Amino acid sequence: MSATAVHSLWTRAGEVTTAAPGDKFTAPTIEYAQLAPVLIVVGVAVLGILVEAFVPRRARYTTQVFLTVVALAAAFAAVVGLAAGGYAGEKAQIAAMGAVAVDGPTLFLQGTILLVSMVSVFTFAERRLDPAAHGNRVDSFAAQAGAVPGSDSEKAAVKAGFTTTEVFPLVLFSVAGMLVFPAANDLLTLFIALEVFSLPLYLLCAVARRKRLMSQEAAVKYFLLGAFSSAFLLFGIALLYGYAGTVSYAGIANVVDGTVQEIDPALASTMGNDALLLIGAAMILMGLLFKVGAVPFHMWTPDVYQGAPTPVTGFMAAATKVAAFGALLRLLYVVLPGLTWDLRPVMWGVAIVTMLGGAIVAITQTDIKRLLAYSSIAHAGFILAGVIAASPEGVSSVLFYLGVYSFVTVGAFAVVTLVRDAGGEATHLSKWAGLGRRSPLTAAVFAVFLLSFAGIPLTSGFSGKFAVFKAAADGGAGGLVVVGVISSAIAAFFYLRVIVLMFFSEPKADGPTVAVPSPLTMTTIAVGVAVTLVLGLAPQYFLDLASQAGVFVR
Amino acid sequence: MNPVNYLYLAALLFTIGASGVLIRRNAIVVFMCIELMLNACNLTLVAFSRMHGNLDGQIIAFFTMVVAAAEVVVGLAIIVSLFRSRHSASVDDASLMKL
Repeated sequence: MSATAVHSLWTRAGEVTTAAPGDKFTAPTIEYAQLAPVLIVVGVAVLGILVEAFVPRRARYTTQVFLTVVALAAAFAAVVGLAAGGYAGEKAQIAAMGAVAVDGPTLFLQGTILLVSMVSVFTFAERRLDPAAHGNRVDSFAAQAGAVPGSDSEKAAVKAGFTTTEVFPLVLFSVAGMLVFPAANDLLTLFIALEVFSLPLYLLCAVARRKRLMSQEAAVKYFLLGAFSSAFLLFGIALLYGYAGTVSYAGIANVVDGTVQEIDPALASTMGNDALLLIGAAMILMGLLFKVGAVPFHMWTPDVYQGAPTPVTGFMAAATKVAAFGALLRLLYVVLPGLTWDLRPVMWGVAIVTMLGGAIVAITQTDIKRLLAYSSIAHAGFILAGVIAASPEGVSSVLFYLGVYSFVTVGAFAVVTLVRDAGGEATHLSKWAGLGRRSPLTAAVFAVFLLSFAGIPLTSGFSGKFAVFKAAADGGAGGLVVVGVISSAIAAFFYLRVIVLMFFSEPKADGPTVAVPSPLTMTTIAVGVAVTLVLGLAPQYFLDLASQAGVFVR
Repeated sequence: MNPVNYLYLAALLFTIGASGVLIRRNAIVVFMCIELMLNACNLTLVAFSRMHGNLDGQIIAFFTMVVAAAEVVVGLAIIVSLFRSRHSASVDDASLMKL
């Protein structure tokens, strides 16, 4: 393209202007109703910031919890309304000038994210577990995140009864990003949504009340590695833009498939360049696989899961995974179906090392949060097997698995917050010995979650795994299913080891106590157990729901 | 000048940034290297925008700048709080959770 032609894009030189200046500009149309879930969450998050500024400190906690729960519930109602209005099926459409797709997978994942966030927020708001400091009930978050650990200013903040109520708006901002992430229909929206949900998470990791050094360390690691991976994602976006001349998913898919309508000379010179396409796609996949915690991009997972405040870990483990797998699905099924065969060996390799790596390394872990982190890596591998299936069943099985897995994860981390000793949560596995004799109910609930993770029949984990492996086998990935079953068996070993430890070993004299939670955490755990049992015994309704939702709009 | 040269330059800057992240030990320097990577992305986007003759790439570059600024705010807050509690910003010293 000549220099003057390019120049005329942003200058008015050489242009014969007869029309009024405003004529060439058409205002964008935004479908506010279809974007309502996101808008509600963002709006209340902004309101939460104002609450921090203007509401007296004493009333902030109640106000924030109330606002957050109402926002999530309202957004969920909006999602249900959209789904009932047919947007999950025949009315599926692309909204906001091509930026956001409102279709079955979007609405299913948005609903899952909102419900999971709601039960996570209950654990954020829990104030009965830590002993009261100076007569004030405290939650899992630092009195004042800016105060140096162990300093006088921290002691003063604790004595004054400060709490970090900013976590609630931060969660809402993060949820807003997560809602957009699986719905993103161009690469720019994808990148912005990724950052919008990641940045609050980095901060949330850093604000633990106990073990603050570990919490800050986890935040630094998460931040540096997260920013590193998003730089790769952005470079991949730049290369795909160079390849296709557009960042819209449909536009790129057209160029990949070779069905593009009009080819200008500049596009002709780059669209033949497969290096741009392959390297760009690989870099974007790298960024997304980092977020789902797939081997070899999993290094941050154990440290961050261990160091972050446990409610945040539960939220992050569940909701981030749902959002990131949603974006990965849309990318692979809408943008790059033309690359299915090129990417197949890579995705196979990643899925295999993720399943085996997560399961094998988990055996050696001695910390319950690290153990759950490696278990989440193994689960990412199982879900990848469904993603690779490249069929409608693949999509719906992944959607179902994500729904199942996220509630169990939040429930399991909620149980971890209950087992405490003088130093806060007792996360070392040796401390969990004999927990079943000390408090049978807690241990039994945790055992249910572990059995679900292991995929024992009659739990939701089994129905999820069965759906994913069946889709993978039908999609021609029989080898992956074999590896998946083997690593499930390996994983079952360490899950059962924890159960044996809890029920069949003698409790230690100086063992931890199980705190009695408020109804908030009880609700979280009860929802987890209910989802585990209901979706284990009668999964059919939800499988049907997922398969109805499994069609992407393009 | 042929805009393709800018692509080579951007790829070089991106590589320098990425190797800096892997090699350097001070969290602030690591962070600066990440910013260098983001700026390399911007240069790529703008160069492609010039080649294709559409404005998408330049618009994305603006968004990237805003994201980078937000990232600086969050990142420096985290790194400074780590530095204040440990008196060190070395990423090697942060190893409480190593097995």
